[in-house]
Amino acid sequence: MEITSAHYTVLSAALFSIGVIGVLVRRNVIIIFMAIELMLNAVNINLVAHARYLENLIGQVFVVFVIAVAAAEAAVGLGILLAFFRNKETVNIDEMNIMRW
Amino acid sequence: MPPGFSASDFYYILPELVLTGGALVVLLLSVVTPRRDGLLLGVSLATVAATLLGVASFAGLDETVSRGLLAIDGFAAFFKVVVLVSAALTLLMSAPYLRVEGLRAGEYYFLILCATLGMMFMASGVDLITLFIGLETMAVSFYVLAGYLKPNPRSNEAAVKYFLLGAFSLGVLLYGMSILYGVTGTTNLAATAAALSGQGPSLVLVLAVVLVGAGMGFKIAAVPFHMWAPDVYEGAPTPVTAFLSVGSKAASFAMLIRIFLEGLPSLGGEWTFLFYLLAIITMTVGNIAALTQSNLKRLLAYSSIAHAGYLLMGVVAGTERGVAAMLVYLGVYLFMQLGAFAVVAAMRRSDVVGDELKDLTGLSRRSPMAAFAMLFFMLSLGGIPPTAGFMGKIWLFGAAIDAGFVWLAVIAVANSAVSLYYYLRVVVFMWINDETAPAASPLVIGPAMTVALVVALFGTVLFGLYPQFLFEHAEAAARTLEGIGAGVALR
Repeated sequence: MEITSAHYTVLSAALFSIGVIGVLVRRNVIIIFMAIELMLNAVNINLVAHARYLENLIGQVFVVFVIAVAAAEAAVGLGILLAFFRNKETVNIDEMNIMRW
Repeated sequence: MPPGFSASDFYYILPELVLTGGALVVLLLSVVTPRRDGLLLGVSLATVAATLLGVASFAGLDETVSRGLLAIDGFAAFFKVVVLVSAALTLLMSAPYLRVEGLRAGEYYFLILCATLGMMFMASGVDLITLFIGLETMAVSFYVLAGYLKPNPRSNEAAVKYFLLGAFSLGVLLYGMSILYGVTGTTNLAATAAALSGQGPSLVLVLAVVLVGAGMGFKIAAVPFHMWAPDVYEGAPTPVTAFLSVGSKAASFAMLIRIFLEGLPSLGGEWTFLFYLLAIITMTVGNIAALTQSNLKRLLAYSSIAHAGYLLMGVVAGTERGVAAMLVYLGVYLFMQLGAFAVVAAMRRSDVVGDELKDLTGLSRRSPMAAFAMLFFMLSLGGIPPTAGFMGKIWLFGAAIDAGFVWLAVIAVANSAVSLYYYLRVVVFMWINDETAPAASPLVIGPAMTVALVVALFGTVLFGLYPQFLFEHAEAAARTLEGIGAGVALR
């Protein structure tokens, strides 16, 4: 069987959906964060597959930027979470309830 | 010469380079000379002023530079000025606030300048990658700033919520962008518009419009995507909230207009309908939710959500006049919203948090100047005649009617009437005289805060009496935009 760009698009859409569902149903902030990373990687797969199909490199350039930004976000996000954990000793999203959601 | 960047590309981003350099100097100075907060504030303000001069010196240009990544045009210049003025006012009101909270000023000013840098690239980017990098430069700075009060659980919570929903919205936005790239084979907005011209709306393109629209909806806090805004606005340090509600919103609107008007004019019918619905829900829900708030920052958060709804009317209209009216309203909103937050920041003292509505009790006697300024900001936000807010609303609603969206304008007028209730409630609290109020001592307002309040008040009054200046610049800015008049389908 030949793997076409449609296969990659479906894979990307599936990964993105898993990420969105993960964000919506999980209660642990770290796992929500991992689900968000899944969404970003779905974007990366989409971009690389399209770049290969369209035979231009813009998509791959885009991917490098997405990866860099995801790394920066991870650093800042875990720092924020650490500050939160020091005060409340939990990473459960249901206990972030000082202010109403 | 091999294809690549030439010196002229760097010439056109000189203002941004000055801002970057200034931000780094601030960060270095905070390490070399700790606890010289006045010096740091001076350097930060000088950097913003120098950047403003640089932007002004490029006024009148209409060029695409850096191999089609950036547009140096009137539209970008208008937003850069809005963003830089709001950064300067934020810095001014931050200085006394940081002193009360006992926070280090160096990193704080650095992050404010970094966020401003990101906003400037959002204003001038005409390529999806540039816009996304600008957006993230701004957003990551704001994640840190929202949680800057590290021992304060409210601030922690605000930062976590803002970070999670910001990162989630980024994923949605990027997925939409990746679909657009897959369909058109380019990330340049002009090339996207060219590739899509003459194509009917396919299912994939509608999906991309919805995803990108939802991602941008998070950033401007439009209603189904607004749930982060009240919590983050309440928990973040007050000057950060002010900058978030003005600078971040203005830059996100610039990006939204660039993507949809310049990049997707052939899908005008689809996104006009999307934003038409968003505008109505946003202004209605924002105003109704604001009615019952007892926390002043939360009230202003819902008010700013409602204002995002009004501003969306300019995007829905999609005409040159609509965009110009939106720019006018942003220019006005800048002063009244920052002014209102400056009053809230001024009420923060070592023993009083001062962000509850009841903390305003008797403000007219404790600080007549602050109460008088707040009165003007509230009247302006509500859209009462001699103020700038009235002029902005007249133009915005007029533009919507002009473009054929009469019902939208009617709903907006009804919403403005509802909003008067909670703005006037704030005013009533200031004039209640309650001798038993715990914080009945006079409110001392320092020099930096006074400057911020006076500038905000000056803008609110001046543009109410003499709006032509703002109108002319907004019209000139809107004229430089490509793809005007795309959303004709609903007319």
